[in-house]
Amino acid sequence: MTLSQLEVGEIGIVKEFTDLEMSVKLMEMGCLPGEEIRISRIAPLGDPIAIHVSGYQLSLRKFEASTIVLQ
Amino acid sequence: MKADIRVALVGNPNTGKSTLFNILTGLNQKIGNFPGVTVDKKTGFCQLPDGRTAEIIDLPGTYSIYPKSKDESVVFSVLADKAKGLTPDLIVVILDASNLKRNLLLYTQIADLKIPIVVALNMIDVSEKAGIDIDINLFAKKLGVQVVPISARKIKGIDQLKNAIAHTNKIALQQDTIDVEVIAPQIIAQIKDDLKIDNSYLALQLAHQHETLSYLSTEQSDRIEKLEHEFSFHSQKSQAAETIARYNFINDLLYDTVKKPETAHDETVSNKIDKILTHKMFGFVIFFAILMFIFQAIFSWSAYPMSLIEDLFIWLQKVISNILPAGPLVSLIVDGVLAGLSGVMVFIPQIAILFALISILEDTGYMSRVTFMMDKVMRKVGLNGKSVVPLIGGFACAVPSIMSTRNIENWKDRMITIMVTPLVACSARLPIYTLMIALVVPNRNVWWIFNLQGLALTAMYLLSIVSAVTVAFVMKFILKARERGYFIMELPVYRMPRWKNVGFTMYDRSKTFVLQAGKVIIAVSVILWVLKSYGPGDTFAKIDQKYHQPQYVKTMTLDSLTKVIASEKLESSYAGVFGHVIEPVIKPLGFDWKIGIALISSFAAREVFVGTMATIYSVEGDADKMQSVQEKMHEATNPNTGQPVFTLAVAFSLMMFYAFAMQCASTVAVVYRETKNWRWPAVQFAYMTALAYTASFIVYHWLK
Repeated sequence: MTLSQLEVGEIGIVKEFTDLEMSVKLMEMGCLPGEEIRISRIAPLGDPIAIHVSGYQLSLRKFEASTIVLQ
Repeated sequence: MKADIRVALVGNPNTGKSTLFNILTGLNQKIGNFPGVTVDKKTGFCQLPDGRTAEIIDLPGTYSIYPKSKDESVVFSVLADKAKGLTPDLIVVILDASNLKRNLLLYTQIADLKIPIVVALNMIDVSEKAGIDIDINLFAKKLGVQVVPISARKIKGIDQLKNAIAHTNKIALQQDTIDVEVIAPQIIAQIKDDLKIDNSYLALQLAHQHETLSYLSTEQSDRIEKLEHEFSFHSQKSQAAETIARYNFINDLLYDTVKKPETAHDETVSNKIDKILTHKMFGFVIFFAILMFIFQAIFSWSAYPMSLIEDLFIWLQKVISNILPAGPLVSLIVDGVLAGLSGVMVFIPQIAILFALISILEDTGYMSRVTFMMDKVMRKVGLNGKSVVPLIGGFACAVPSIMSTRNIENWKDRMITIMVTPLVACSARLPIYTLMIALVVPNRNVWWIFNLQGLALTAMYLLSIVSAVTVAFVMKFILKARERGYFIMELPVYRMPRWKNVGFTMYDRSKTFVLQAGKVIIAVSVILWVLKSYGPGDTFAKIDQKYHQPQYVKTMTLDSLTKVIASEKLESSYAGVFGHVIEPVIKPLGFDWKIGIALISSFAAREVFVGTMATIYSVEGDADKMQSVQEKMHEATNPNTGQPVFTLAVAFSLMMFYAFAMQCASTVAVVYRETKNWRWPAVQFAYMTALAYTASFIVYHWLK
């Protein structure tokens, strides 16, 4: 299951990444393995999404979210 | 001013870094460039409690010293490059106390570079309110640095921070955060050895960033490249390992020092606002309402100050022509330099208003929501959610808008944004549109409420957006991407705008605009003045002689005689000669040589058009006598056919030309400055001119 499959309000815990380049950028922003992520909202046109992670709100595209594998 | 100590401010975006900088330095600041890059370098001075003066450098906000954009790359190069003399003696790392975890990543990276550090724990009031309990003493002890809780917004803790800066040891005393050498032991050891560096983390960063660091010599960079292959160093894997190690350190630190309630208060308020502002339907409605408001404000609020500035220049021109003896020098100052300057200065109110409003939108956190909402649409046409900001700004002026593309990380997205921004109908096109529409479009209402002239103007604005988006879409297929596009962006908590910051931004941007655009415009207007005031050989003398003959002097009033002489001189001046030379080229668009002169003279700046038209149709004064220019142009007839010059077809053809043509030297200059390559402005100029010609041609022949 990846982050892009979650609905608004659902929570997941990061397990690993499928894309090294993206993972480096996501980890810098606090999306690390073991970290809890909650989907805050989805943009009006369905993409990107906003997530709550490491105590703040981060937005990322659905494609980017699909590289985050959840536990 | 000479400084005793150099202090750099480093921190994540949205942590109140600029606010702190403004408090520390007051108005005592200047903007320059970091050597070799066009990123603004803000410096200022601050008096320390012990009497010493500190020079404060505001470094661009960044989440990490691994740069993702042009701005961010400055941070590491300033900290690492000892040769340029910019390396700070001390770094103040600003951490958002309400969001410590992510903020601490940058701290741990900076700390490992072993430059003395003071931590400013900003927004301590916000975090206290949210119930976050930080054991500051333990926190400071674990890091081995002074930690000062402050609230930059409420101006609290600033004296303590200054004290801490004054009392910081010259030697870095902070604790190591992670074991850097474990990440890539061999290459670190070898780089330290080869480049005579004693800091392991600096060596590791050189391995990562050597390709983009301009201060390394080619040999050094090649050497590092060879070492990378030798030890099969993988930059991304190494960075991933490092980031995980750093967050482990941070989690341990926060576990011991910070107690957090289960849910934070602040976020729910922000969430409620977001539910409305990024709502499926209301989100866009509100966004367009705000856009409309910005347009209204730019045009209506600026009208009065703009006419004040115009009047000031007219007054100045009069004063100078009165006190100085008439001659070429006065003419150069008055008709060349002052006329050119007033063309620039008149836009200050619009620029200031636009930047004030944009900085309010950014400061409150709304702009990142716009980016969030628009990303999908923008991506379809080859742009990025972040392109929305420069495109909106383009309605006022392309120059500062192009400068604001720097925070677009992706190279291709940024280039396309830069290439299409000048197509957006900027404020300099407005006088031309108003003049042309007033000439040919009847001033009456259709469907009760819609004024026909207003509709024509709206159509021109819509056209500009459509053309920008279309060109972007085409460029999406032409430009090769250098790297993968991504969109990982913080959505900061909503906050009240900091009015002082808004004021500073207004002042900064207007100043930059005047200095940057001013230089070019003055130069070009001087050249144009020469071309307009002198003719080949003794043609001017002959014209003077001709009109001194009795049949003219006796039959015409002095006033109309001067006008006739002026217009005949213009026709035979170098500018007039050019006008005649290009006439065959522009004839298919419906333009005669007079419009040709206006086209040439408004190359530097579109707004020159109305003034040139005024001169050509021998009307005294310039744009301030719009009515009379309009009347003259209305009466102007083609001597060969006897038909009016400005027909519907000609007027719309002209508007099309101005809508698409790159007639703005300042934009050309700023595109060069931002892209560092003449090819970009050249291509932009070429494609826009081609579009302008085609559009004018089609419209002229369609309406003829």
